[in-house]
Order: sequence, then C-alpha cells, then structure tokens
Amino acid sequence: MQIKAKIIKGKYLDSIKLMLISRELRSLIGVLEAVAIVATSENREILKASNMLVDEINSASENDIAIVIKADSEKSALEAINKAEELINQPSANNYNQSPIPHTYTLEKAIAALGKADLCLISVTGKYAAAEAEKALEKGLHILLFSDNVSLEDELTLKQKALNKGLLMMGPDCGTAILNGVSLAFANNVPRGKIGIVAASGTGLQEISSTIANLGGGISQAFGTGGRDGKKEIGGIMLTACLTYLLEDEETEVIIVTGKPPAEEVREKLWKLISLTSKPVIVNFLLPMQIPEQPNLFYTCSLAETALVACQKAGMEIKNKNLSDDFPLPPLRGPYLRGLYSGGTLCREAIQVYFDNFGREPFNNVTDQDSFQLTDGWQTKEDSIIDLGSDEFTVGRPHPMIDYSLRLQKLAQEAENTKVGIILMDVVLGFGAHPDPAAELVPAIKKLPADLIVVCHLLGTDSDPQNRQKQKKELQQVGAYIFTSHHSACEFVCKCLQVYRRAKC
Amino acid sequence: MLKLNKDKPKVINIGLEKFAYDLKTQGVEVVNLFWKPPLPVENNYHQKINSLYENIIAPANKKALEIINSGKAILTGMDIALSVIPGMHKDLILHSGPPISWERMCGPMRGAIIGALIYEGRTKNAEEAEKLAASGKIEFAPCHEHNCTGPMAGIISPSMPVFIIKNESYGNFTYATQNEGLGKVLRYGAYGEEVINRLKWMEKVLYPVLKRAIEYSGKINIQGLIAQALNMGDEVHNRNRAGTSLFIRQIAPAIIKTMTNPKDSAAVLDFINGNDHFFLNLSMPASKAILDPARNITGSSIVIAMARNGTDFGIQVSGTGNKWFTGPAPVPDALYFPGFSKEDANPDIGDSSITETGGLGGFALAAAPAIVQFVGGTAQEAMSYTLSMYNICYGESSLYQIPVLDFRGTPLGIDVVKVIQNNIAPVIDTGVAHKKPGVGQVGAGVVKAPFEPFIMAYKTLADNL
Repeated sequence: MQIKAKIIKGKYLDSIKLMLISRELRSLIGVLEAVAIVATSENREILKASNMLVDEINSASENDIAIVIKADSEKSALEAINKAEELINQPSANNYNQSPIPHTYTLEKAIAALGKADLCLISVTGKYAAAEAEKALEKGLHILLFSDNVSLEDELTLKQKALNKGLLMMGPDCGTAILNGVSLAFANNVPRGKIGIVAASGTGLQEISSTIANLGGGISQAFGTGGRDGKKEIGGIMLTACLTYLLEDEETEVIIVTGKPPAEEVREKLWKLISLTSKPVIVNFLLPMQIPEQPNLFYTCSLAETALVACQKAGMEIKNKNLSDDFPLPPLRGPYLRGLYSGGTLCREAIQVYFDNFGREPFNNVTDQDSFQLTDGWQTKEDSIIDLGSDEFTVGRPHPMIDYSLRLQKLAQEAENTKVGIILMDVVLGFGAHPDPAAELVPAIKKLPADLIVVCHLLGTDSDPQNRQKQKKELQQVGAYIFTSHHSACEFVCKCLQVYRRAKC
Repeated sequence: MLKLNKDKPKVINIGLEKFAYDLKTQGVEVVNLFWKPPLPVENNYHQKINSLYENIIAPANKKALEIINSGKAILTGMDIALSVIPGMHKDLILHSGPPISWERMCGPMRGAIIGALIYEGRTKNAEEAEKLAASGKIEFAPCHEHNCTGPMAGIISPSMPVFIIKNESYGNFTYATQNEGLGKVLRYGAYGEEVINRLKWMEKVLYPVLKRAIEYSGKINIQGLIAQALNMGDEVHNRNRAGTSLFIRQIAPAIIKTMTNPKDSAAVLDFINGNDHFFLNLSMPASKAILDPARNITGSSIVIAMARNGTDFGIQVSGTGNKWFTGPAPVPDALYFPGFSKEDANPDIGDSSITETGGLGGFALAAAPAIVQFVGGTAQEAMSYTLSMYNICYGESSLYQIPVLDFRGTPLGIDVVKVIQNNIAPVIDTGVAHKKPGVGQVGAGVVKAPFEPFIMAYKTLADNL
C-alpha cells in the first residue's frame, strides 16, 4: 500500500466541494482511501484518526488544502493526486453545470454589487462563523447562520445585536427558512400564503411547510431560529421576536411554533405573547405537553397534524385529511426495526411515535436516557432509530441529505441481519438536498432481500427541484412503501411490528 | 422589533456555493463572497487598525497615493556605480531583496557574487571568490537601501555602469544596471568566461554608446513608454517586448547621431534588439523612483517595496519606515521549460516585484494576453488576477491603463490592511531561476507573495499607532 500526500497552498474550497472531490477520488481504480481537506487543526485530527496524517501535512497551514491518497500502488496514488489537483483547480461553475454566480472578495463589494443586500447566508466552518455574522450584522443584513459549532455566548451576543437593529439572526445551526417566498438553504419549494412559521428545528419546518403546501396552503414567512434558541441561556429571544413579528404581520393569519421543547421560562414568554392576541397559534414541541387554556392556542401531537390544523384555522377546506396513502400491513421477516434518518427532528418524532406505541424508546443516538442510548451509532441493536446527521457521522463528510453513501452503507449492513424485518428512512427533497435521491436508493433497495420491508417518508412538494412524483414512483417500483406524512410512516411501521409480535406471542 | 421589507431578498452567500445556485434557480439576486479562513492575526490588532483606519490610515494612504501618482520618472543619464550610487564603495556588493548574509544566500545569488568579484578583478577564480565573499572583507547590502533595484540576483558591483532615473516631481534618483539578456547570465548566478566577457563588453561598448545617446536625447520619459507598452500587450515585468521596442525606437536615432564607430553602434542596436527584457531594467528603477517619495508617511499602510533575495521575501511599508518585514520566499508554481520541474526551481528571487508594487507586472496582467500561458492559459484568468488586485490596492494608477478594462487605471498602492483583512496575497509575475548557480532561467509564471511579512507589517503598524 502507498500513501501519497500533496499540499495545495493558499487554496480554499468549501467543504461540500472538497467532499465531492474526495468521493470522486475514492472511486478511482486502485484508490483505497482519499481525502481532500482544508488543513485546519481539526481536520488534521481527523486525518490522524484515520492514519492518514503523513509528514507532508505538518507544513500545511489553515489556508492550504491537503490531499492524502491511500492506494494499492504508487502509480495509482500519483494519478489520484493529479486528478485531485485538476478537480480542485477547475472553475467552480463546472461543479454545478451552471454559469458562474458573480463573486466578490469583500462584503462591501458584495453589497455594492447587489445595489442593496438584504440577507447574508453563512455556512463557513463554525469557528469563523460568528465573526462573519457580526460583520454582516454591522452592515445591516439579516442573517441565516447555517454553520454549527458556534458558542452559546456568541449566539446570544449576535442575537442581541441583531434585535437591536431589527434584524433576523436565524441560527447558528439553522438549516432552513423561507423569507418572502424565497427558500433558503435546505428548504422546500412552497407557495406563499397565510401561514407563518417560527421553528427551532430544521426538518420540522420542512415537514410542516411541505405538508401545508401539499394540502393546498401556503406560507407567509418561515423563520428558523436554530435549535438552541429555546434554551435558558438564549432565553428564546429570536423565537419571541419572530412570534411577535408574525402576530403583527398582516399577511399572516395563522402561526405555527415548533422545535424541541423550550425552557420553561421561554414557554411562559410564548404563552404570554399568544394570550395578548386572537390570532390562532398552533404549537408542536415534539412531545406531549401541558399547555395553558387559551382560546387561540392549539397544541398538536405530530408535525403533520400541526400542518393540518394550521390549514383548517386558516379557513381552508380539507377534503382529504389522509396525508398519505394507506397500505395493507405486510408480514415481516424478522422482529426488529432499524430507522436510518437524515433529519434530526424527524428522527425525534419517529422515536416519539415509537414511544407512544410501545411505552419505551427504541435504541437511538439522540436520547439523553442512558438505558436506550447507543454509544456507537454503528452498533445498532433490537429496535434502533439513528440520526445519521448527528456529529458522530458528519465529521469530515457531507450531511446525509446531500450524500447518501453513508446511509447506503448502513442499509446494506442492516440488511445482512435477518432479524431486521423493517427499515424506516426519511428522504428529504427540496433545495440544498441531494438532486436525485431515487438514483441512489433504487439500485441499493433492489439489492436488498425481497422480504425486507423498506418504508420511506418522502418529505417535499411537487414543485421541489427533485420532482416528488418522480421520486415516489421510482421508489415504489422497487417495492418501497412511500409515505408523504412522516407520522403516518411511523405509525405504519409500529403497526407492522405489533402485528409481527402479536403473532409470535 | 424585527423589521422586514416584503421584497424578494437579495442575498450574499458566504460558504457553501450550492446554496447560491439554489437561490439563483429561484430568481433571487445572489452574490458569492469569496471566502477563505482568516489569517492568523489576533483580534486586538484588527480592532486597533479598524478604529484608526478611517481617520488616520486612510488619509495617510491617500497622501501616499497622491505622491505615487504624481511622480515623473525620467531617464537622465548613465554612470559607473561607484561614482553615482550613494554609499557605494569598492568593497560593497549590492544584491536583490531584503538584507542577507553570505551564509544564507541561495545558489544563484552566490554564483552572481562570485561572478561580480571575478568581473571586478578581485579574484581569479570561483574558489578564491567564495573565500573572499565569506571572509567578511566584502560588504553586502540590498539594492533597495542604495536607491537601486536589480532583477533576479540583482548584483551591482562598483565598476558596473548603471542607468540613472530621476523622479522630477520629487527630485529623488534610482539606479539599475543594463540588462544582460537571457541564457547564461550573472543575474541567474552564472559566472563563466562568456558571462564575464559580456559584462566587460557591456562596460566598454554598450555603456559608452548608450550614455552618449541618452545625453544627446536629453530626457527620456520612462513612464510614458510604460504607459504605451501596456497598450501594446506588455505588463512590463514578464513581457517587455513592446517596451524594449519603444525604447529602441526612441534611442536609435541618437545612437546613430552620436556614433563614433559603426561597428559598436550596430552591435549595441543588435544587442538591445535581441533582448526582449532590456526594458525591464528601466521599468524597475522607474517604478522605484515613483514609489520612494511615499516612504515614511506616518500611519500609511501602503507597501513601498516588495523584494526577494531567493531565501527571504521582504516588504517595506510607508508607515513603518525602512524596516524590512520578511518571510520565506515561495517556490513559484510556474510553467517550466522542457526538461525542468519545480524540483529544480530556486525560491523566488529579485527586486523585479517593484513593478507589481508600482501597479505593473501581475497587477497589469489583464493588459498582456500574449503571456497567459504562464498563468493557466486563458485570458479570463489573466483578467481575474488584475481584477482581484483592485481588492488590495488603495487606489488606481492615473497614468497606467488597461485597454481591455476600458482603460481603467491599474491597481496601485498595495494596502497591507486590505491584504490582511481581505486575505488576498499580491500576485507577482516571475521568472524562475535554477537553484544551482549558472543554469539560468527554468520557467516563468505567477507567484503569490507569502502572507508572513504582511502580517508582521500589519501588527507593527498597529503597535506604532
């Protein structure tokens, strides 16, 4: 085996591009492992962990790209390095088969180029993200901070600064938002309408907004706050600011608030705000919860129901309340469920539905209950539902909504275990996500044993770039059960498990 | 209270480019901000610089740029180094780049010094010359510290003839030797017999002929020639074909009119005609002549000199006096001549980056589509180099213009603050020397200045204010 490395000095590409390049390199003949990565100290740790930190890398700085190739021969390794250089140096538009987007080197020039800019979408590495956000706030721009690994202190400072200027500070770790009809980052293509959303959860916002669109409704604004806004330390300042905005916004007739349960004092603030108006507010915090009796406050028990109630309160006539097709329950080949998720909120909802049905959590990698915690997401057991978008899986890799390779690997691994009877997955469509998930999943599902049941929740709308109907059809053709409501998919899976278990009793 | 207007937002995207394409699909106006991880500079320096930029640094830079833009570099004559260069003495040898000891000098520079000692008649052979150079009896100093500039090794020894350039607006002088041409030449570290013979011929034949012709011509406006050369496809660093042609057109009649012997005059015209880079040794001292008066302006973050000695890359900045800030000279990623590779290359060397400092060379690449093979092959790339340099310059040249950019002035006045805060390194057109003395040029291309000297200058500027 040969390890070869090369430093490309003074070059920077974003992490998705580098990961796509790494993936292409891994597919070359003779290449065993390949990494193209910005030579930060964190990334060096990653290389070290995979025994790829060779001496050459030590001279690299955070402004350089390191390429490391493990190959079966020196020739293959050198060829891969040449290919890597070629890919890294090609003009970026080639990566997307589109004409290039204008670029500038400074924020001032970017603003000048647009005449007047409104929003800054920031997705740089976490440790640099707060500084970029601060500069953009100085210039009076709303922020969607996609990056994670920003400290709570920085989050609070940035949000306070933003609100002093009347600006949105969505995130850190905010994956999605819809602003004046424009879908930002991982968001679905939904029509404009009367329903406003404020969400401390990414896929929660996506599931609700897509379901509203699929029911025939539309969105006025959908704000993301980042998952930690409801924590005591942040005090829900962006949640309350966005809620206040929507309560006063004339285009918004119904409001949805969702996310992980906020701290108690934050919840009190929200109830207070809601009690001062008569606009209907639908709340879902992913858990059953006691709420105060208020005529305009409604608490729902699933993301799908949240969308449905909001549409009803918006005065829409819903003829077909069944958001998904119904299927006869298939027999399972084995007793266990494996849930392989890309969306964190969907994963939590699946765990909750399981809990409602079985009175306990499945094994998972997001719980804080020790007895059901999988310390290693690769070591699933019995009924397990895992979030493949969690840090343990995403370090050095693109998110599973973009790159299906990890999920396909996991799927094949689970299929080998004959005790696994049913697989549950989310397939997220929309901007930002993989351009054609069916192209990845169809060949993989075909290779699975025919008696292994695959259930997919297809999150998205017919207007999404991936074409929801096409995705649905292609996945159904290889025998997958396709649901367009996540809650229904989870209930279906639980029923299958119950039928199997009753039969065995 | 949140304030939102109800129009489609215009978006600046920093980070994952895919997001920008998704927005474009939705008909959103979007601009990608070209982002790199910031340079390792502590935040307190940024805070201090930012707090002083508007009221102190920017006005100082404005003043510096006015001085640079109002300079007028004229070729006024020629003389022997010993009689005209300030501080020159018989035991002094000038070299390119920041100060360096004999021990730390790279191969080509040592070779050139050996050659100069033989040329001066101080020693008979290379071995003796090395001993003498290492003995401490010979003093070495940067060209820049004696109002000179020299390409590659940049060696100026006492007997060498030099051009005299005067900045008529400010009265300062600069000097440079006559360009030797390509092949085995002193500036690439060659010191064989043919090199010494050529240097002797340049002293005995070329120099007197040119000196008489320049005296006869009176003053020759070098900046005027540079401005014309930019309109004719030169960037006046790696391509000097137009500049040399213009110079020969200007000087030829005077050479004929002051002729003492036709054979010598013909040889001189042949020599200049056969050396496309002859003009470089005029564009370099002209650039230095217009930059030098902008030294020592308190608070100014404008770079006055960038120079390499083949070991270190050094810069001098207006607001920090004559202090050199140095970092390791990079090995250029260049287009190598057949049979050579990066393995053979010496780290970057020469004072010729004074052209970039003066808004030429890499900063004017958009003017020189004929040499785009050195920069990746497309005119678009040459253009993007020039365009990106506007982001690190305080202003634009009022004299040097780029036709293809609708005669926009070249980027001028490298601002250390912008280099650091925008994280963009100056680009330099460069010839690459073989690391062994005397082999000569092995390639040409573009090199990016290392950030270390700029970071040090930035911090020093902050500390001084």
